[in-house]
Order: sequence, then C-alpha cells, then structure tokens
Amino acid sequence: MNIHEYQAKELFDRFGVPSPKGKVASTPKEAFDAAKWLAVKNLVVKAQVHAGGRGKGVFKSGFKGGVHLVKSPDEVRDLAGKMLGEVLVTKQTGEDGRLVRKVMVTESVDIKNELYLAILLDRQSCQPVIIVSTEGGMDIEEVAEKSPERILREFVNPLAGLQAYQVRKLCQNLGLTTTARQFGRLLHSLYKLFIDCDCSMVEINPVVITTDDHVYALDAKFNFDDNALYRHPEIQAMRDKDEEDPREVAASEYDLNYIGLDGNIACLVNGAGLAMATMDIIKHHGGDPANFLDVGGGASKEQVAAAFKIILGDPKVQGIFINIFGGIMDCNVVAEGVVAAAKETGLSLPLVVRLEGNNVDAGKATLAASGLNIVSADGMDDGAKKIVAAVQ
Amino acid sequence: MAILIDENTKVLVQGITGAFGARHTKLSLEYGTQIVGGVTPTKGGQIFENTVPIFDTVGEAVKETGATASAIFVPPAFAADAILEAADAGVKLIVCITEGIPVMDMMRVKAMLAGSKSRLVGPNCPGLVTPGRGEHSHGGCRIGIAPGYIHKRGNVGVVSRSGTLTYEAVWQLTQLGYGQSTCVGIGGDPINGTSHKDVLEMFNDDPETEVIIMIGEIGGNAEVEAARWAKEHCKKPIAGFIAGATAPPGRRMGHAGAIVGGEEDTAQAKKKILADCGIAVAETPGVMAKTLLERWGK
Repeated sequence: MNIHEYQAKELFDRFGVPSPKGKVASTPKEAFDAAKWLAVKNLVVKAQVHAGGRGKGVFKSGFKGGVHLVKSPDEVRDLAGKMLGEVLVTKQTGEDGRLVRKVMVTESVDIKNELYLAILLDRQSCQPVIIVSTEGGMDIEEVAEKSPERILREFVNPLAGLQAYQVRKLCQNLGLTTTARQFGRLLHSLYKLFIDCDCSMVEINPVVITTDDHVYALDAKFNFDDNALYRHPEIQAMRDKDEEDPREVAASEYDLNYIGLDGNIACLVNGAGLAMATMDIIKHHGGDPANFLDVGGGASKEQVAAAFKIILGDPKVQGIFINIFGGIMDCNVVAEGVVAAAKETGLSLPLVVRLEGNNVDAGKATLAASGLNIVSADGMDDGAKKIVAAVQ
Repeated sequence: MAILIDENTKVLVQGITGAFGARHTKLSLEYGTQIVGGVTPTKGGQIFENTVPIFDTVGEAVKETGATASAIFVPPAFAADAILEAADAGVKLIVCITEGIPVMDMMRVKAMLAGSKSRLVGPNCPGLVTPGRGEHSHGGCRIGIAPGYIHKRGNVGVVSRSGTLTYEAVWQLTQLGYGQSTCVGIGGDPINGTSHKDVLEMFNDDPETEVIIMIGEIGGNAEVEAARWAKEHCKKPIAGFIAGATAPPGRRMGHAGAIVGGEEDTAQAKKKILADCGIAVAETPGVMAKTLLERWGK
C-alpha cells in the first residue's frame, strides 16, 4: 500500500522525524490559509498524487509542473487553483495521468547538502538494513551502479534494535560533524517508525541539511506490509482508492488477487505460483496476458463469478483462459461459478477452460451441460495454445 | 527413506479446531498420516473426530504423544507465537501453513530460531508429502494442504515455493508414471524457515531421491543460492522452473515474496543462472516433468 506525501508527513510528525512545516489543502482558499499560517517568505506548493516525477510533470490543461516555489499566499492560492481538479501527467502516471485532489503547502528551506536514507527489509539476512549515501537527491539505482562505494549499509539485529554505535558509525562515514546529533535523532525516530508501523520500506530522498544546519526529511516513499495492516487501522485509513486501479479495488473487495496488465488474454487461476506461470505460458505461445488473477485455494462460487466479471470489465480483453488445478478446491464449484457468470454477462468472447483435480468430472459435466461455447483443454500447455489461437 | 517425514512420523496439528485446520486434519487422517494430537488453547481434553486427543499446550501434547512434527493452521496474528511454542516444546519439524503473517513477526521468529534444534518449513506453504505405497499413494505422511491422491511413491524429490505449481509438477510426474520421494513446499513469503538450498542438501543425501525438480519464482535470490550450491555439490540431476517472466516490476504477485526488486531477481536472470549451474530449465510450466525426464535420460 502507498500513501501520499502529506500522509507521510503526518507519520513523520507523530514519530518525531523532522520535516519542513506544512499543511495539506483541498481548495485554493485552504491553500491560501495554510500559506498565511506558515508566515514565511519562501513557500512550496506540491500536487498530491501517488507518482514520482511531479516536478517535471505537465497538467492536461497545459500548465507545467506539479511542484512550484512561490513567495506569497496570493501566489499559493493562484497555483492551487491551477492544480486542484486538474489531471497531472508524469513519467510514472502513464498518459492517463492522475487527478489532483489535494496540494501540500510547505515552507521552503535553503539546502546546503543532500543525503539519501532508506530502511528496508533485507530478505537474504532476514534483518532490517539501513542504507545511506552522500549522493542525496539522485536516482539511487544510478548511484549504486556508478559509484557503489558511496552507498553504505548497516544491518540491524531485529531482536536488539538499532544501537547508538551504529548511528555514530553511519554519521562518521557520511562525514557529518555539526549535524551528526540531529541526523542521529532523525535516524532513531525513523527506525522506530519503520518497526512500529510494519513498513517494508521507507525511503527519504533527500534528507537535507540546510544552510542554518537543520536536518529535514524533504520527501518520503513508504511501503507497508499488507499482511500487517490489520493491526494499523490508522494506516489503513490512509488508503486512497482513487489512486488505485478500480479493477484491483473491486477484486480486493472479494479477497481476490488481481493485477491489471496490458494484454488481451484474461486469466483466472487458483494459486499465485500457477497464476504467474499461466501468464508466462500464454506469452511463451505468442499471446499477451491481460492480468494476473489468483482466486485462492478455497474460492467460492461467488468469488469465481466476481472474478469473471472483473476480467470482463477490461475492454482490452478478447479471450479468457481459466486454469484451475483443484487440488483441494472442488472443480465443480469453479465450473458452476463460471457458468453463472458467463450466463449473467452474456459472454461472447472465446473461453478456454482447463480443469484438473478434485471432482474434475463433475466440473467438466457442468461446463458441457451449460450450453455455452466453452473450449476444454487438456493440460495448461494445450489450454494456452488454444486461447492464443482463438484471439488471433 | 525420503526426507524430513515418513509413514512413521507422529504429527500434531496446532489449530486443529478451526475450520481450515479441521478439514485438512481429516484429509491427512484419511491419507493414512499419523496425526497423534491437536492443540487448541482452552480446548484441552476434547477429542477430535473421536480419534485425536486435543491439548491446551504443545508441551503437553509432545509429552503425551511423542510427536516430532507439527502442522500450524492458526490465524496470522497468532502464528508467530504458535511457531515459537512448538520450538520451545522441542518439536523437530514445524510446518507453518498460515498465510498472511506480518513480515516483522517472521523476522523476529527467524532470529529467535537461530541455533534451535527445530526446523521450520513455511510459512504460507502447502506443507510436505512423503507419498505412501497404497492406492493413490495412501499410507503416506501428509502435513499441510496438498491433495494426497495426485502423488505416487518414487524417486523424484520436489521442492517449490508455490502450492498449485507443485501440484502441477507432481501430477505431471505421476501421470508419466514417475513417483516422488518427498514433496516440500517452502512457501511464498519473503522470510521463510527452510530454503531451496536446505532442501536440495537433504535430497542430495537421501538415497531414495535420484533426481530433483526445483520450482521457484521472481523475487529474492533463494533459487540462485541453491543453484550455485548444486553446481558444486549436488550429485543428482535437477530440472527447474521459475515463474513470473511476465510479471511487471515492483508489483507483488499474490505471494508476498513474489516481487521483482532488481535486475537479479527477475525470472529471466534466475533462469539463466540456473542453466549456467547445470540445471535443466523447463521452457514452460507445462513441461516440468518432461524436462526432468530428458535430463534424467528416461
């Protein structure tokens, strides 16, 4: 799950991670009031969308830039008016862009120095790892490639937590002197936030050191562990469904795992591994998968029917491949769900079904007796070939 | 032989009274597995299906039944505690089926189990099967949620992250007439107790296992680590498959662990490394068994 920049700031404030003073606004008037309240000479207005590259983005109205530096509350109000309710297109949003519903107004700080800081879970060592670099504000993948020696890693024992000596070591290696204490406090606070909020990653790029020797987190990217959201209702409440693919939102309401892709062959599969492998085998035989969809190991008739409708909601879809290995799952339950949904939606697209496993004969009989035009497949290789041929 | 479990293994079920745990305990009993006890706090003294005694704690269950393995079906919020309780009671093999455990919980469990005599398989896994020699492999040991009847006793070791993809490989083998020594589902989470490499080592030392199928997916480097180990140490032919060649980067594909983070953990990169290490890589998941048989010279 992702959150907005202004929500990240809320978390920073709660855990004592210093960031420039600011407020979020939904109307030009609120933006004006926020600027008045800040009472500083230099202000920043930022469009709030879940995508990077905002500064270089262009609004569909023709207005350029999702991040602006200004001098007065009046200018803030004018800018907010040009951003709010408009669609911002950045290199990460795709050509559809994202509707801007909120802007954040903050004080602008004079930057002396930029650092990179991230905490994430290292799968290999099964520990949190802190990553820092003196090359803040840059694309960190690029730094890792060109000057890997500029990236420092510090592993933290999850039972002991972050130790003071580790923070001192990092500060020394970053060459921090007068600001070491402030940076250290920021790091301790951020580590506590990372653990307490069940983050899988938090990245601040950049952490800035100002000309008057203050340390601030200037931007943040959070990833939360979806498995742990049940114990963080306050973070769950930050979910912005408007920023998500509506098909994925619909799928999550039925406990289905759906991810939209660009192809024209929809898949409906049980099990994540088999669902990935089904996409792969479609591609291998020259087709293009429209989605990843895992209905899980114990899907009900209703879930299968809901899954069917979600994949049909994608206008790019020209054919459907259902691949079920019903180890424990009853193949007939799947068959009944498919027949019900196909009849209800008046399905006219080619449909290839591969059923295997528990109660498979009853499942095949249900499909055959339905009167629907369903192509039966013998194994996933055969099924993939048949659906690819059918959509060409 | 086989690895980790056989027809004599005495098994506990933690969370035996929940719907999911109860259903699969019944299926394991029908398969012929020695389920000797169940654990559900506050339900000690009850009897499951008129045959399996239920205990309040794992310690008591181990003492009374002599169980050496445990299957965990408790909900995600309580799973880490259940794993640690089993380890504390000296259970040698802990198989955690539960899906959706917070990663932070598993990180702490993993650190606490370091140096322990218990082996954890999973979480978020289908469990293990050592097929029996009866009809439809009846009489074997089934810990977890895999369908028993698709198996056949034989000489192929199978290790995989994914449930249904394991069943797919097992079913392909069984249909072609080749049985399995043991099938191990290590689970789809980013942090798990037993790795691909751990299982390859055990298969390498098991006289009954002649060849191995290793199934992996995008994310992490466990398959790469296993392949590099196998190149140096494994005496047995291996076929492999990596799922997720078409997965978009940065998206979690169902399994919490299945996410492409960098260039090294894509399906394409892993397949190349597997092939470079002498593993026969199946071109599609439809030909996993066929690829193995070709490498095996059958």
